[in-house]
Amino acid sequence: MTTSLRSEFAKGLRGGAPFVLVIIPFGLLFGVVATEAGLNVLEALSFSVVVIAGAAQFTALQLLQDQLPVAIVLLSALCVNLRMAMYSAALTQHLGPLPLWKKAVAAYFTVDQTFATAALDYEKRPNRTAEQKFAFFMGAAIAICPAWYVFTIVGAMVGNAIPESFALDFAVPITFLAMIAPALRSMAHVAAAFTSVVLALALSGLPYNLGLPIAALCAMIVGAAVEQRLTRAEATA
Amino acid sequence: MSQIDHTALWLTMIGLGLGSFGLRFIFLGLIGDRALPEWVQRHLRYTSVAVLPAIVAPLIAFPAATGGTPDLPRTAAATVTLAVGYFTKNVIAAIGTGAATLYLLLYLVG
Repeated sequence: MTTSLRSEFAKGLRGGAPFVLVIIPFGLLFGVVATEAGLNVLEALSFSVVVIAGAAQFTALQLLQDQLPVAIVLLSALCVNLRMAMYSAALTQHLGPLPLWKKAVAAYFTVDQTFATAALDYEKRPNRTAEQKFAFFMGAAIAICPAWYVFTIVGAMVGNAIPESFALDFAVPITFLAMIAPALRSMAHVAAAFTSVVLALALSGLPYNLGLPIAALCAMIVGAAVEQRLTRAEATA
Repeated sequence: MSQIDHTALWLTMIGLGLGSFGLRFIFLGLIGDRALPEWVQRHLRYTSVAVLPAIVAPLIAFPAATGGTPDLPRTAAATVTLAVGYFTKNVIAAIGTGAATLYLLLYLVG
């Protein structure tokens, strides 16, 4: 590794480091919740290594506990991960010229926090080679992703020791709400979330939890429609 | 809460792993530098706030631990989490205050 690549890697490490504070509690919580659902430590760790996406993992775990068919679980959890395609599109302009294997490695490590770290940096210092940007990305990934694995293990080991009285049934709802609330950035986001809640409750009697994909799809359409209205209103105002 | 079937678990894990990798790789490795149409991007911006509330709403409205009837500690904890998360934009603060509310009320009213 040349000096410039090594310094980019170090910059990536420093850029990603603050996110570890977010990763630690989430990893712990996933480990604990996974244990509660009956997964052993190896299974919980495999989940975090293979999927490496917090919200989708919590979603899949919850729906598996509801004894839904695997196809429905996959559909719902992949919906949660659709934003990864957006990240992929945004990274292409920076990492596009790299050899395929490096792009595959970067793709595996594309999570909210690595993407946020890299996107911010690429915007600030755009004039670097794809190799330098890759070195930065890998620095961020090494700062962030191993913490996800390690704290999943710790959570899974601690989980067994937590007594029933701790009301862990409510860990998942609280975690999800804490993720949703800061994402309500505009009227369009609020409208989408509201639609999602109302339809999910109204359709909760449908078989195979089909209320979920229907509610989610309608909520996306409502969010996009409200955004378009607001943008038009702004343009004419 | 019922235990998870282990075959279903591993199928889900592998399917979700492959699917998530596919979503992360699709533009970077396959399609290349081509912008998504504006209307697709507009819909994708709302995936998180469209999917997560639909999962969480029934869990809060009909908590499994109480046999499906909403109780004060869980409803209050949900409200506090949402409010703190919304106003502080801090995920960890929201989880912390929500959990504290839940435990305090479970302790007080049982």
